[in-house]
Amino acid sequence: MFPSLTRFPGELFPDFEALQRQVEQLLGASSWPSSIRAAGRGAFPAINMGVTADAVEIYAFAPGLDPGRIDVSLDKGLLVISGERADELPQESDKVSIYADERFSGAFRRAITLPEDADPGRVEASYRNGVLRIVVPKRESAKPRRVEVKDAAA
Amino acid sequence: MDTNQTVLEREGHAAAAEAPALLPPVDIVEDENGITLKADLPGVSREGLSIRVDGDTLTVEGAVALGESKDMQAVYAEVRVARYRRSFVLARDLDTEAIDAAMKNGVLTLCVPKREQAKPRRIEVKAG
Repeated sequence: MFPSLTRFPGELFPDFEALQRQVEQLLGASSWPSSIRAAGRGAFPAINMGVTADAVEIYAFAPGLDPGRIDVSLDKGLLVISGERADELPQESDKVSIYADERFSGAFRRAITLPEDADPGRVEASYRNGVLRIVVPKRESAKPRRVEVKDAAA
Repeated sequence: MDTNQTVLEREGHAAAAEAPALLPPVDIVEDENGITLKADLPGVSREGLSIRVDGDTLTVEGAVALGESKDMQAVYAEVRVARYRRSFVLARDLDTEAIDAAMKNGVLTLCVPKREQAKPRRIEVKAG
C-alpha cells in the first residue's frame, strides 16, 4: 500500500521507471508477471485506483475529452472506459510544420477489474481537469464495522 | 526551417536539483504566425499551473490535484508522481512577451507568436 494516490516517497519511482524503460527497450516486453488486463507503458488513459473505507475510486488521466462522449460501462465486476480522442493536428504543408506529435489520438479502451467488495449497482462518474473519476461504493457488508462486545457476566 | 533552432527541448534541464516530475506528452506545430504547443496535463487546474520564461527557456510545470480523500490508499497506480514539468528553448524570432496560454480539460494550449519582423514577407527583387 502506498501512503497516497500520487505522492510516492522520494525520488525512487522516476529513477526506477527510467531504468525499467531502458530494460524494456533492451529486452522487449516486460518479463515480470502483471495483471492480465494491465496495458503496456503509455496506454491511454493512465489509471490509478484507490480505496477508502466506503468506496473504490478509479482515476483515469484522460485529458482533452468531451465528457458527454466518454463511455463507462460495468459488467460483472469489470469496469470498461472507452471513447475517442480527436486528432487536432493540422495537415503539414509548406507553411505548417509539425515538430512534435506525442499526444495520443484515436479510439481507446481500458478495462479494470474491480475489487470483490465493490458494489457495481451504484457507480458515479465525473470529469474534472481532464481526469475521469469513478466512484464505486463498497457493499454494505464489506464496510468496516465496530463490533460491540457484550458483557457475558451480566 | 531548422527545427532545432526553433524549439529545442532542454533535456534534463537542472533535473537533478528539482523535485521529480513527469514529462507530459506534447504536440508542437509552427505556422506563419508562430508556434502552438499543446501539452497533456491531466489533473492540473489553472491554479496549479505555472509557465515561466527565463531567458530563452520556457518551462511548463503543473501540480496534479485529484481531490482524493486523505484516508485513501492506492491499490494500483500508473501515475506515480504528482507533478509535470517540461522545458523548451525558444528561438530568438519568437515573441516571449506575447505568449498566450489556455487550459481546458487538462490540456494546455500555448501560442507563442513570432515577432513582427520575423514573420515571412516577400522581398522585392529589383531589376538591376
